[in-house]
Amino acid sequence: MIGAVVRELWQSLRDALEALGSYAFFAGRLLAGTPRALLRFGLVTAQIHNAGALSLVIIMLSGLFVGMVLGLLGYDLLERFGSEESLGMAAALGLVKELGPVVTALLFAGRAGTALASELGLMRATDQLAAMEMMAVDPVRRVVIPRFLGGIISMPLLAAIFSLIGLFGAQLVGVQLTGVDAGQFWSQMRGAVEIDDVMEGVIKSGVFGVACSLVAVYEGYHSAPTAEGVGRATTRTVVISSVLVLLLDYMLTAIML
Amino acid sequence: MRQSRAILLGTGLFVLLGFAALFFMTTQITNREFGLGDAGYRVTAMFDQVGGLKPGAPVSMSGVTIGRVESIAYDFTEYRARVTLRINGEYDKIPEDSDAGILTAGLLGGQYVGIGPGSAETFLADGAQIEFTQSAIVLENLISKFLFSKAAEKPEATQESAP
Repeated sequence: MIGAVVRELWQSLRDALEALGSYAFFAGRLLAGTPRALLRFGLVTAQIHNAGALSLVIIMLSGLFVGMVLGLLGYDLLERFGSEESLGMAAALGLVKELGPVVTALLFAGRAGTALASELGLMRATDQLAAMEMMAVDPVRRVVIPRFLGGIISMPLLAAIFSLIGLFGAQLVGVQLTGVDAGQFWSQMRGAVEIDDVMEGVIKSGVFGVACSLVAVYEGYHSAPTAEGVGRATTRTVVISSVLVLLLDYMLTAIML
Repeated sequence: MRQSRAILLGTGLFVLLGFAALFFMTTQITNREFGLGDAGYRVTAMFDQVGGLKPGAPVSMSGVTIGRVESIAYDFTEYRARVTLRINGEYDKIPEDSDAGILTAGLLGGQYVGIGPGSAETFLADGAQIEFTQSAIVLENLISKFLFSKAAEKPEATQESAP
């Protein structure tokens, strides 16, 4: 009885370690092929378009509303202490350091990560990847790496756009609707936000970009070649990316605090 | 690989927008004008203590915002802080002997410059200096003053209450 439970646990631990090793091996393969993929930048550009430019609308819309909520909640809270002028500072620090990178990464996993995973999974299911191998074209180099790089390049840019739009959303609610003084809003923000804070957001979104893109291409590339397999790969992409982003976020915040 | 020009255009636009956002965040969050532009006129005032006053803070008379703090610098000839105020052009009838004080909005709020009108017939013009100023209140000084005065009057108070 106990022996069976222990064996079960041991088995799942081994499975988890095996998956981790497989991830590391795949990441190494991607990194090894990156310099040569950068030479054919046209492929990467197309993927920046897919992952970044096409995600722009959802990122901007979400950024606007997150910023507006931040402005409303921040005003309600700060007004109790009679310091609603600090709204700009609170909104800017919250967006640039934390909400911008994290919410962008979660949206990216949902919008671009799933697209990547299902595309690669369908290529696997319809034997397109096998066909490339037959023609002596390495599918990792030709298909996977450009998608990986496109995601990494897109993420910090998307996060910056998200933070900026959010800031204007907060300004819209805080200054235009609830009546915080515009000069106080910006000058308190200016006093509190430093270049390090902006850099922290950029570093975070860069790391999230690597994590989300890696999970998406790994799950898509290794999906079972069936309709069900593609569906499962897409689901796993969202679940693993989201948990990984929040986990990494805690660690990065603790390191850079 | 051939790519349609629409895709290239979209990608270029996205990358441009991203870098513009980054550029804006790294520069404009730390430096911004407030719509007053070059309009209005400048007035300076010397303060012993500016406290937490920052450029961009409002200048107000009786609670009406009439301008902004443009810059704060230290003057080594007078050994005081020189605050440059930019006043909106439509408020050009501020008496010359008006006083300026650094006040706080609310208990924890931001600081601003409040101007109280004097009674002179001539008005402040571009480049004029406000002579009468009241510095920002530093809470520590206030508390220590209060404590010292409390300590000084204590023996007296106990004597009075004893009989």
